[in-house]
Amino acid sequence: MIRTLPNSGAYKAGFRLYMVLYFGFLFAPLLVTCILAFNDSQFPSLPWKGFTIEWFTGNLPERVGIFHDTINLYSIWVSARVAFFVTILSVSVGTCAAFLFEQEDFRFKQGLYFLMLSPLVVPGVILGISVLLFSNTLGMFFEDHWALDIGLFRPGFWLVVLGQFSFIATLVTLVVSARLKKFDRSLEEAALNLGANRFEVIWHITLKFLRPAIIGSGAVAFLMSFENFNTTLFLVGSEATLPINLYLQVRDGSTPVINAISFLLIIFTSTAALANLYFSKKDR
Amino acid sequence: MKKGIRWAFVIFVTPVLLWLFLLIVLPHIDLLIMSFRIEDDFGNSTWSASNYLNFFKEPIYWLTFARTAAYSILVTVLTFIVALPVAFFITKVVDVRYKGFLTMLLLLPFWVSELVRVYGWMILLRESGVINHFLLKAGLLRQPVEMLYNDVTMVMGLVYTSMLFMVIPLISVLDSLDDSLIEAAYDLGANMWSILIKIIIPHSMPGIVSGAIVVFMLTLGNYLTPNLMGGKNSLWFTEQIYNQFIASFNWNQGSAFGFLLLLLSSLVIWIGLKLSGQKLSKVVK
Repeated sequence: MIRTLPNSGAYKAGFRLYMVLYFGFLFAPLLVTCILAFNDSQFPSLPWKGFTIEWFTGNLPERVGIFHDTINLYSIWVSARVAFFVTILSVSVGTCAAFLFEQEDFRFKQGLYFLMLSPLVVPGVILGISVLLFSNTLGMFFEDHWALDIGLFRPGFWLVVLGQFSFIATLVTLVVSARLKKFDRSLEEAALNLGANRFEVIWHITLKFLRPAIIGSGAVAFLMSFENFNTTLFLVGSEATLPINLYLQVRDGSTPVINAISFLLIIFTSTAALANLYFSKKDR
Repeated sequence: MKKGIRWAFVIFVTPVLLWLFLLIVLPHIDLLIMSFRIEDDFGNSTWSASNYLNFFKEPIYWLTFARTAAYSILVTVLTFIVALPVAFFITKVVDVRYKGFLTMLLLLPFWVSELVRVYGWMILLRESGVINHFLLKAGLLRQPVEMLYNDVTMVMGLVYTSMLFMVIPLISVLDSLDDSLIEAAYDLGANMWSILIKIIIPHSMPGIVSGAIVVFMLTLGNYLTPNLMGGKNSLWFTEQIYNQFIASFNWNQGSAFGFLLLLLSSLVIWIGLKLSGQKLSKVVK
């Protein structure tokens, strides 16, 4: 049954086989995507026609590699900018929320805490459409009453940022709160007794203590924003983010350029994930 | 001193209230209001329940809804069946030295965008795909078979996508199961089946519930996988919402659909929490 009990050979072998199959299932699509990024063929499929890096560097009329593919490069740039602003916003608001729920007492705290958790259980599509509707309502209101036409309320860059921020901030709040729970508050009291004010204490002591959680949750926030599809789908304007742009290409047929982008994404995200894991281990 | 503390409270509470009210509460109230309004040809809008009546009158709408719910339950059950042995192997069977490495390996694919993973399955399974290529080469097939765009493939894709959210809670809950309980049962002559039913499953219930809730919710709200892997004539409910919003530009009807989806997902989460007697704040951790 378990490692301390005698197990039959068939049991062990069967279990190992299951795990091998499971990991095969887990990694097959990613491996195939990576390998076919280097196939010297017009289509992302076998047979193998030889190794090439033209889908990265090529600049021929029938074979434009990712490094020369302006549309895809631009969408990567858009996604990076969205993710940057989402990270800044969610980390600052999430840290405020962590302080609010861990260190302050006020009426309706339970209710507000529940509200803060709710974005996790609302499907991303619903978040997208409700933010879209509300911004549209606000836009119409401003136009009718003050004849103001505000770009922020139309689908586009900032609406995508706000839509993603609305649920990623919850995640940051949970991660930072978990670390703040472990904080020894006698350190704060000591500093207060020595004449520091509350903000000096937070700045010099508590935030220093929270730094690993803030950096870690910021990295996760960046990645989640960079890869978000469901919420973004409804809020995107003329500037498509990378997932939206890839989706449109995959839906209408595909070229190995998509494999090349996927390859870069896989390398980038696994490096980030491993780095995150390494630093959180080291921290403990 | 006292005043300083209140100032800190104001600084913490303002951004949080702005976030929760402007981006969560008011938009969802707006969603509810929009779903009860209709627009005539002249752009005048009035109150009406007809968006909801349409849902029940048109079989295509409520059939899609029921189908999406049923498939989401199926996906949740399948994910659990596949994930339990994996979690058990990692926590109880494999040499402790490899535990951390295997857990990390398990997480790795899920850091990659869902789109990339679905795309990987598409180039594996489609008519000109990799699996067909090997089956033809091996002489097992004479003609390539289209393995994409059917319900079986779509369910497999959804199980694949949501696997992580079942495996992780199961691993953490099995970690806390004392090995000696299983040893004792074994010494008393229990077979594998009764150990599973009487010890492992009851102990894992909190993990199973939180995993199931997250998997169900994510599957219900998924758009990419059903859209890219499912058949052309088998819609997912999120696709209906998308069609109303983007294709037909009927935002009122779309809002009603969105609200129904929200209702279903909240209801299932509520039932799950009630059945297991857990709190939401515990489950999300």
